[in-house]
Amino acid sequence: MSYSLDQEHLDSIEQILLQDLFDIGIHCVFLIDMAGNVIASVDNGDIKHDIYSLAALAAGNFGAVNTMATMVGEDEFSLLFHKGQKENIHFSKVLGDFLLITIFGKEISLGYLRLKVGEAAEKMKHLLEPCIAS
Amino acid sequence: MAFVNLKKKEVQTKIVYYGPGRGGKTTNLEYIYDKYNHRIKTEMVTIKTDEDRTLFFDFLPFDIGKIKGYDIKIQLYTVPGQVKYNATRKLVLRGVDGIVFVADSLAVRRDENILSLKNLQENLGSYKKSIFNIPLVLQYNKRDLLEQSIPVLSLERLEKDLNARLKAPFIEASALTGSNVAETLKKIVSMTLTSIENTLL
Repeated sequence: MSYSLDQEHLDSIEQILLQDLFDIGIHCVFLIDMAGNVIASVDNGDIKHDIYSLAALAAGNFGAVNTMATMVGEDEFSLLFHKGQKENIHFSKVLGDFLLITIFGKEISLGYLRLKVGEAAEKMKHLLEPCIAS
Repeated sequence: MAFVNLKKKEVQTKIVYYGPGRGGKTTNLEYIYDKYNHRIKTEMVTIKTDEDRTLFFDFLPFDIGKIKGYDIKIQLYTVPGQVKYNATRKLVLRGVDGIVFVADSLAVRRDENILSLKNLQENLGSYKKSIFNIPLVLQYNKRDLLEQSIPVLSLERLEKDLNARLKAPFIEASALTGSNVAETLKKIVSMTLTSIENTLL
C-alpha cells in the first residue's frame, strides 16, 4: 500500500482530531499508518508521551492482534482497548491501513469515546480513501 | 514506505536490521544508542523474552537533520531472529525503506545466515517488494572473532553464500566492539535517503 497526503488532507485530518476528539477532553490522539509512521497528532501539551515509539508499538501490537484474530477464525477484533489507573488507550482501525490511537483519562466514558472515535474514523475514511494508491 | 509530511516538512523512514538469531542485530542498536544517546532524545524500546532474546522488535528513533528543508527522522528496528517468530518478523517489515542484513561470521552459523536471507526475500515478497531493489547493506558481524581460535567464515565464503547475486554493499563489523557499526548505519541511511529522494521528494 502506498498513499499520498497533501497539505489540505493533513489540515483536514488535524481538524477532525481536534474538533471530534480533542475537544471532548481526551489527552492525546494520533493517526498512524500500519508501518508505524505518525501522520497527524494532537495533544494537550501537558503530557510528554513519545508518540513515535508509541506508534511503532501500536502498529506492532495491532498487527499481532489481527494475526491472532485470523488464527481463531475472525476477520478482526474490532475493539482494542487498554485500561490503566490514570491513562487508557483506545485503538481503532481506519480503512485497512491506518490506526487512530486515543489516550484518555477517567473523565470520559469508554462508550462515549467509542461513539466519537467511530464518527471521526468515518470522516477520515472518506478523506483517506482517495489518497491510497494500491 | 517512508512517510513524507508536507505540512510539518518531515520525512519518517524505517530501517530494519534483519538476520539470524543471536547474530548481533540488537547489539548493533545498543551500540548506536550508547554512542549517540546525547543526540537521541528518546529511550530505545525493546520487547524481549526473559532470556534477553528479542521477542517482537527493538526500536530506536533519531533525527539526522534536514535534507531539502525536510527534517529526517530515522527509525531503526530489529526483528526477532529465531525461526519460530516469522509472523512478527513479517509485521516489522511492513513499510520498510532500507535493510541491514546482519550475518553471523561464526562458521557454525553458515546455514542460518542463508536461511535467514531467503526468509527475508520471501517476507519482502509478501509486501510485493524485491530484495534486489530495496536499499540493502550486508553486515558481516563478529569479525573480532578472527583474532580468537574460533572457526569463522571467510569473507569469500560469506560473499559467495549471501552476496553472489545481490551484489549489495558489505561491511565487516563487530557490533560488540562497535567496529564499523556506525559505518554500516551511515551506509544504509545514505542509500535509503537517496532512494527516497529519487522517488518521493
